Amino acid sequence: MSSDATTGAALARTLAAHPLMAGLPPAFLLEVEACAAPAEFPEGARLLREGAPAAVAHLLLSGRVALSVDAPGRAPLTFQTVGPGEVVGVSWLVPEACWAWDATALGPVASIALDAVRLRDACEADPALGYALMKRFVPVLLQRLHATRMQVLDVYGDPG
Amino acid sequence: MAIPAERRMVDATTPRPARVLSRRREAEDVWTLAVEAGPQDLDAAPGRFAMLTAFGVGEIPVSYSGDPAAEGRVIHTIRAVGAVSRALAGLEEGAMLGVRGPFGKGWPLAEVEGREVIAVAGGLGLAPVRPAIRRLVARGERPTLVYGARSPAQALFREDLADWRARGVEVEATVDHAGPDWRGHVGVVPPLIARRVRDPARTVAFVCGPEVMMRFAASALLEAGVAAEAIHISMERNMKCAVGLCGHCQFGGDLLCRDGPVAPLARVADRLHVAEL
Repeated sequence: MSSDATTGAALARTLAAHPLMAGLPPAFLLEVEACAAPAEFPEGARLLREGAPAAVAHLLLSGRVALSVDAPGRAPLTFQTVGPGEVVGVSWLVPEACWAWDATALGPVASIALDAVRLRDACEADPALGYALMKRFVPVLLQRLHATRMQVLDVYGDPG
Repeated sequence: MAIPAERRMVDATTPRPARVLSRRREAEDVWTLAVEAGPQDLDAAPGRFAMLTAFGVGEIPVSYSGDPAAEGRVIHTIRAVGAVSRALAGLEEGAMLGVRGPFGKGWPLAEVEGREVIAVAGGLGLAPVRPAIRRLVARGERPTLVYGARSPAQALFREDLADWRARGVEVEATVDHAGPDWRGHVGVVPPLIARRVRDPARTVAFVCGPEVMMRFAASALLEAGVAAEAIHISMERNMKCAVGLCGHCQFGGDLLCRDGPVAPLARVADRLHVAEL
């Protein structure tokens, strides 16, 4: 997946090529593009911080990101990694939400940063856009819910 | 002279003594035993299993995690979770155990030449997949392995994973949770599958792990376009006699000790969602 999203035209192409935006009508893509900007992070950078307002989500173009939680007296515990074609940050779907987890770059990361507040406003103003985006983000939520359930079931644990 | 059927049955149902050659710890509760091989062990094709007896304790089915034909000894990897498996996993070098087998049907290695093989394994499910990957690599093929474990410390056969990577095998390892030192994936196995299926029509999948994981992995393979006939899963049930007589391992129309443990998804898919089975 290309990470050359530095010009307006390149950003539009890169956005359209991202799997999460596949098949989105051009008019909707333009609305999303108005909320988008290219972003890059070095290894170790925090893309999201637990407790911070859910203001900017990321469509990953390259690199991998660890979703983790800090706990006193122990190392951060990573429960999921996400990579190119995936999304970092879904809490923005809910108004006034804060990020629930930390997101840290495991190496150099390129993304399309989405101004979540502006995008949510655009969805409020245009319910068709909102529904189209929901149809893209809800499967991500479902996949993460299923994955979480499998992790909670601890299927590799003691069968007894 | 052909061996009479009655004699073959006695041989198959009577444990023969074998000596433990070495024992090594793979993870906190997982041990690998190397056991001296007999002539019958040359039939221990990848995916088949043996019945192992801890004398005075009991007998359990254990898959082959090595290839006796290539290594000259039998390798079994055992998770110490019950009375028998704990007793077997605790056997030191020189100790004796009872062995019956090999039994069952293994991975269809002869049918996959020239096709793309993706192996999907979870937890101890890597054990029966390991000899299959070794054979594929030995004949110059480059399978893909997607492997899930509970944590980095619970990942099995780490030396093999590194060796296979060095030999061009695409190995994607993921764990349910990890600390900051782990550089691999964190999360469950199924979402990693789709991107590794490049040519669904030519792909054959070997899947082994906890049944919940296998169901989701099979769904991911089907969604990626792999045919149900080309997805082979290794089923686990309560094998007792191992020769198709007692019925303890019945799974619908199959006795898994005889008709499995490896079976094409196309044959067993409907039964995977029947709770009573």
